[in-house]
Amino acid sequence: MSVVHRDDIGSKLGMWLFIFTEILLFGGLFITYVVYRYLHQEAFHLASQELDVAIGTINTIILLISSATIAMSITAIQQKKKKLTLALIATTILLAIVFLVNKYFEWGAKFEHGIFPGSEYLDQLGFGDVLFFGLYFFMTGLHAFHIIIGIAVLGFMYYYVKTDRLTHDNFQLLENGGLYWHLVDLIWIFLFPLFYLIA
Amino acid sequence: MAEEKHHITSYKTYLLVLSLLIVFTLLSVAITQIELSRWAAAAALLVAGIKSTFVLMIFMHLKYDQRMFRVMVGLIVALVVVVIIITMLDFLFR
Repeated sequence: MSVVHRDDIGSKLGMWLFIFTEILLFGGLFITYVVYRYLHQEAFHLASQELDVAIGTINTIILLISSATIAMSITAIQQKKKKLTLALIATTILLAIVFLVNKYFEWGAKFEHGIFPGSEYLDQLGFGDVLFFGLYFFMTGLHAFHIIIGIAVLGFMYYYVKTDRLTHDNFQLLENGGLYWHLVDLIWIFLFPLFYLIA
Repeated sequence: MAEEKHHITSYKTYLLVLSLLIVFTLLSVAITQIELSRWAAAAALLVAGIKSTFVLMIFMHLKYDQRMFRVMVGLIVALVVVVIIITMLDFLFR
């Protein structure tokens, strides 16, 4: 008789510990932002008006919807609805890709205006603008990097559900993948007002 | 076996929370566009705090998980907030 050892709570605990390191990583960046914002209020005020609030709002709503769909996939898998689970994971991945496409156009527009780290145009604007856009590109870039990893993680979840490695009574891995995706959403909830709204 | 019964959140709950989150997002955009200066900034961050509480409690299932998870998340959030406050106090009263 073979016994498969499983510890769902331990698994979830491990995922949360990882999430804590992510919160501290972005927390440190938020502190950096707050301090430089305080030191260069004028420049941060003007620079943040360069950002497109509409595209930022759309991306926020896209991430919120994707967060809801991955949460619903966990309800679906517990109800033994495999097709619905797969559809919800696929929708989440699709929304993540749409988010990245928006980001591509948003960054592309900035590059066209000569705004990117180390650009001549930015150097002329002064130190405050260099800091604002440096933090903007680094923090939203790091966040986008998390989105890409999230797409890979959710891709594995899709494969595991499809091949029945994750089922209605064994879905902790899907929950952990979902937690990671919610973290990505959580970080954006704070990035959005800090960069786009508080002008 | 010893496996505890797992709370299943309904689709309705998730959709309700999602619509609340979207309403809060649009609200924070509206507040900052009307320009209420310093208060707008505080309001936008307050709304972000409310939104993240919803995500943590419902989407991330903390409301239904063991108490231990809520305590741990609370401590980490408190740590980040305290460090931000101490840093700002340092800058304001230097």
